[in-house]
Amino acid sequence: MNFVALDQVWVYLSGNPLLSLLVTLAAFYLATRINILLGRTPLLHPVVISIVLLISFLLLSGIEYSTYFEGAQFIHFLLGPATVALAIPLYDHRERVRRLIWPVMVACVTGIVTAVGSTLGIAMLMGASRETLLTLAPKSVTSPIAMGIAEQLGGIPSLAAGLVLLTGSIGCALGPWIFRLMRINDPTVQGFTMGLAAHGFGTAQSFSSIGALAGAFAGLAMGLTGLLTAFLLPLIVALLGV
Amino acid sequence: MSLIVGFIILLGCQFLGELIVRGFSIPVPGPVMGMVILLIALLINGRVPDGLRKTGQGLLNYLTLLFVPAGVGMMVHFKLIQDDFWTIIVTLFVSTAVTLAVTAKVMMWMNQRVGGTEKAK
Repeated sequence: MNFVALDQVWVYLSGNPLLSLLVTLAAFYLATRINILLGRTPLLHPVVISIVLLISFLLLSGIEYSTYFEGAQFIHFLLGPATVALAIPLYDHRERVRRLIWPVMVACVTGIVTAVGSTLGIAMLMGASRETLLTLAPKSVTSPIAMGIAEQLGGIPSLAAGLVLLTGSIGCALGPWIFRLMRINDPTVQGFTMGLAAHGFGTAQSFSSIGALAGAFAGLAMGLTGLLTAFLLPLIVALLGV
Repeated sequence: MSLIVGFIILLGCQFLGELIVRGFSIPVPGPVMGMVILLIALLINGRVPDGLRKTGQGLLNYLTLLFVPAGVGMMVHFKLIQDDFWTIIVTLFVSTAVTLAVTAKVMMWMNQRVGGTEKAK
């Protein structure tokens, strides 16, 4: 029998989409288990644990991110159809959405102005560079939209995507705590707030831990916030004279 | 076959969305426009086809997994994050908390004014 040297096999496999897909799914499964072991704490979201696990794995094995993404892009691609699918829970709850259309619109515009205003204000006070400032600005918006906006404004698109994910997990951690503090029990308000401040993460968390109605409002908030921010943000940035 | 029908509808709407967004150079991502198109289509159709519901629910159940590949991309920006580390962390935490509180408060207040408050199910 003829054995191929193990390092040659590794060279072949580490450049193969198969490995990226396998480790991504395995990391997510492991992260979910760890999260359950920790009592489903929102402080260590399974996504955050998976990202930490995968970055460690890539650094240890010396695989480049671009090589990893060649395989993982098959998972990444599904974000598109998943975003489209958010129309389904919205349709299911159309009557309630129609009744609440004014609160939704007002809350959405106030929320966006608060998110962008506070982000730029705090970061400016702390002396962030202009580039960082403009990269932070679209942080409440779902990644694909945020990347487009950051690019338009002169920020760094790929870092914007990362900050959006951080915002998402911070929102998931802070949300339930703030709702308890403010005594907010209405699932429509909870879902909408989570979707606005923490985009896809907030939406996913609303579906899984609050319910389908909250999830529908979170999806609505995420879509509306994305649409409106794309138009409002350049205006706010110009007004603040960044 | 129902999964296939579901995917055809979802990808079809996304495709149409991309087409409209690029065609009219609207600064909105294609999938978001696709979501609007699907919502309008569902309102006209009057019900959600079985295949679409199955596929859509499957995708939405694992929504968080879909963010992982992009998130791992942060490793490319370690240097940039390090430079402005505290600014970024403080800004993200404070601004997210403020946004959550203000949005929830405004929506609660508006709900009461409109009189549309209902008991939570």
